[in-house]
This record gives sequence, structure tokens and C-alpha cells, in this order.
Amino acid sequence: MTRRQYVTGMIAMALAGVIFILPFVFIFLTAMKTKKDASLLTFTWPKEWHLAQNFLDVLKTQNYQLLLAYFNSSVITVGAVAMLIVFGALVGYVLQRRQSRWNNLIFGAVLVGLIVPPAVVPTIWVMQGLHLFKTIHGMIFIQVAYGLAFSVLLYRSFIATIPRDLDEAAIIDGARPLQVFFKVILPLLKPVTVTLIVVQSIAIFNDFTNPLYYLPGKDNVTVQLTLFNFQSQFVSQFNLLFMNILLVTIPPLIVFIFFNRQIVAGMTAGAVKG
Amino acid sequence: MKERPSPYPYWFVLPAAVIFVTLFLVPTVASFWFSLTRWDLFTTTFIGLDNYRQFFKEPQLTRSLFNTVVYAVITSGTKSVLGLLLAVALTSGLWGQGFLRTVVFFPVLVSTIGVGITFATLMHPTKGLINVSLAAIGLDGPGWLTNATLAIYSVAMIDLWKGIGLATVIYIAGLSAISPDYYEAARIDGATRMQQFWRVTVPLVRPATVTVVTLSLIGGLRSFDLIWATTRGGPGFSSDVLASVIYKQYQAGFYGLSTAGNVILFLMIAVIILPLTWWFNRREVDL
Repeated sequence: MTRRQYVTGMIAMALAGVIFILPFVFIFLTAMKTKKDASLLTFTWPKEWHLAQNFLDVLKTQNYQLLLAYFNSSVITVGAVAMLIVFGALVGYVLQRRQSRWNNLIFGAVLVGLIVPPAVVPTIWVMQGLHLFKTIHGMIFIQVAYGLAFSVLLYRSFIATIPRDLDEAAIIDGARPLQVFFKVILPLLKPVTVTLIVVQSIAIFNDFTNPLYYLPGKDNVTVQLTLFNFQSQFVSQFNLLFMNILLVTIPPLIVFIFFNRQIVAGMTAGAVKG
Repeated sequence: MKERPSPYPYWFVLPAAVIFVTLFLVPTVASFWFSLTRWDLFTTTFIGLDNYRQFFKEPQLTRSLFNTVVYAVITSGTKSVLGLLLAVALTSGLWGQGFLRTVVFFPVLVSTIGVGITFATLMHPTKGLINVSLAAIGLDGPGWLTNATLAIYSVAMIDLWKGIGLATVIYIAGLSAISPDYYEAARIDGATRMQQFWRVTVPLVRPATVTVVTLSLIGGLRSFDLIWATTRGGPGFSSDVLASVIYKQYQAGFYGLSTAGNVILFLMIAVIILPLTWWFNRREVDL
């Protein structure tokens, strides 16, 4: 490493520190402050550390709404991601293995799913007709519908790298189509599956717009909506608002620390091929 | 001989198809009809193109169309230019570049609402850290989110902060696919670093550029949560975009008008993205 690279690196570090890290430090410090201290909005060291108290206060707000929200968000995330994995892989598998005119139709649907913005009110109309509106399982189906295109695309390109000989060997041994898929193919898809689990669960956990539209009601609150509710409620309690931001940021942070590589792989998929 | 059933039966597609068709395709197709009606979810009255006329007549709705395009173009333009520069810098062997990549990428994964609230606080006109720091060096900072002309651009800058990490990692993937031989050949021919950047890096990183521009344009045109968390379309309706108008009209009970907004958004994305994709693909042949 040359001296010049070292110096430029130091300057870049300092700049990145100010631009990208400082807002997080601000969140952390404000979350620790007392109500009065936090209301000044200053970037200072807390006069008193109120970590435990702020934490408990946020939890207790509106009858432990945050705990309920974590529960709801977890159920939606786990349910939707499980379906996105199995259903998405099934479509990608058939799409890659079988060549017919149906393929173009499926492929067209995938592109539509990636580009077209969902029509909000007509979706609510359909959901009401099916009694899915304002229900957790309805929300799960919505997340599946909106996330499928990405899953199918990722699985399809990966399945192309798995030799057909494997399916054929299993078929000759007498395996049924479903057995071939679940016992032979799905286990081999593990790298993409991990990537998809990580990327999709972060997206669904962080989703604000869709629960706002399709899952109104106090009992159905999700994590991002608590933040939004508290924004108006905590006008004068910035310490609690930022404690809530901190708590909402922690799950993605943990996932990021462990799965950094898979996240980047998933998000840059297709970037090189175009 | 009886034909053997395929080992890849089409019913494998069924669970996904049922969910996608009922909750995505049916509403999308239905939106074209509902956008032509006055609608309260129970009764519909056909009113022709009145909803669309309203969109192009009422200043606040017209403003949202303009803002949507401006917002998408600014965020997508800055993300692709700065994303490429950052990616080049972060692959050049700087001290601490692994850490820097992490730091730049992390905001992508953070809740948009959380980012919005944090920056709304930092951009507070009198008490916010940004203006307090500007005042310390003798500058008078503007009301970033409270000034009607400035608000939409400030939100676009927050979007840039949050989204540039994704553009950067896509470009890093694209850069690593360029063979070092090209750079060596260019060096032997005596190309300067600037020439290498313009003549080798920029043309060969094209697939990544296409991905970044397309993704961020679509994302920018559909953007809602960041605007909602920072300005809610305000002050007045100066920073409203299509997606926030769709929500406001939905809340106000104008379902037909809201759906017309959805159709306009859909057409806008199609009109911008399709020719762009066609152009990108055509240029590829020329190379």
C-alpha cells in the first residue's frame, strides 16, 4: 500500500464517518437521553444515561404495543418468507426445466411483478371480497404476491447450474416429481435460499407501505407502524422516539453482521449479466 | 404408447400462480376500470376520464406528477454517478476499504421510516444538527424540509444517503467482472488514469449501470415511505409525489381518483422504463 493510498484512505474514512456513521450515533445518543435533554436535538453526550428506563418506557407505551408489533411482524415475515421459498423455487424449477409456450407467459408475469406498482384500492377490494383485508394471513399473502417475481428470477438462474442428470437419476430410481423437488433439488438450492431468506425477511420486516394499506387496526400493528404512530405521539419525547428507532434497527443489524455476503450477493444478482 | 407424465408438472406453478393472480394481476387489471369511476368500494358510477382530467387540472395533483419525475431522475442520476465513483474508490486498495464498504451499505438495510425521522430531526430549521453546524461556520442554513421549493430536493438527498450503498455494491460487482487485461493494455498504450476511467471502466461497467439506473428509476417513481416520514407531501402539497397522492386520496375516500393515480403511475413507469430498456439493449449491439 502506497503512502498516497493510506492518506486518501484516512480522508475517505473521516468523510464516511461524518456522512454515514454520524446519523446512527445521533440515534444512539438521543435514545439514551432524558426527555428534556433529548428535546434540545443537540448532538451531545447524554447528561444522564437513561437506557433502561427509556427502553421500558417504549415497551410500555400503549399497553405494550411494541411487543405485539414485534410478534405480528415476525409472524408475517416468517410465514411470507417460507412461502416465497417453496413456491418461488417450484416456479423457477418448472420454468427452467420445461420448455414450452407457457414459459413466456410465466416469464412475462415475472417481469410484470417486478415493474408494475400494485394497484392499492382494487387490491383492498379483492381482499375484502375474500375476507383477507385486515388479517395477518392476508398480509402474508400480499407479501408473497409482491415478492414472488424476485424469488422466481433468482431460483431460475441458479437451477440452470444444477445438471438435469440428477433429476433423471432420481426419476429412474422411482422418485415422484414432488420427491425429486424436495429431496434432490431444494437441498441443492441452499445458497440461494439463504440469500433469499435474508434479503426478503429484511424487506418484509422493514415494509411500511403495505401494512399501512392492507393491515390497519390497533391489534394488527407492525414494527414500522409503531414508529409512525409514535412519531405523532412522541412529539415532545424524542428520547423514546429514537429508542424505538434503535430497537427497530437492531434486527437488520444482527442479520447484516452474520449474512453480509449473502445480502450483497442477493442484491447484486443479475448486475453483471444485465 | 401412452405418453409419460412430465416429471415437471405444471401444477407446481399453481400455488404461486393463485396468489399472484388474485392479489396482483386481478387488482391491476381491475384498476383500469375503477379509475374511470367514482367509487366508494360498494357502488361505482362510471364517469369516464374525469379522474384523469382532475389529475392534469388541479395544481396540487399536477405538481405531484412533476415532483415524481424530478425525484426519480435526481435520485437515479446521483446514485448512478456517485455510486460508480464510490465503487471505483472502494476497489482501488484504499486503507480500510472493507470497512468503508460496510458503512456505506448499511443504511440500505435500515428502516426507511427510521431514517426519515432521524433526518427530519437533523434537518430541523433552527435546532437541527445540520443548520447548527452551518451556523457555527457562519452560514445561514435553509429550512431543508420546511421550504416549499427545497423540500422535495432535501428528501431526494436523504434517499441518496440511504440508497447509494446498493448502487455501490452493484457497481463493485460490475467492476470485478472487468478483466484486468484491459487496464494493462491501456497502460501500455500510455493511457492516463482519467482516460482509463472513461475509455475502459465506463463502457465495460455498462451492465451494472443499466441495473442501477433501471432499479433506482423504478424505485424513485414509486417512492412513498421516505416522503411520508419526512414531509407528508408538505409544506402544503409542495413535495407530494404520485404515491403520496394515491394514499391521501385513498384516506379521503376518493377511491376512483386514487386508483387513477395508480394507473398514471403505472403508465409513467412503462413510458420511462420501456424505451430506456430498448435503448440500453440497442446500444449493446453497437459496442
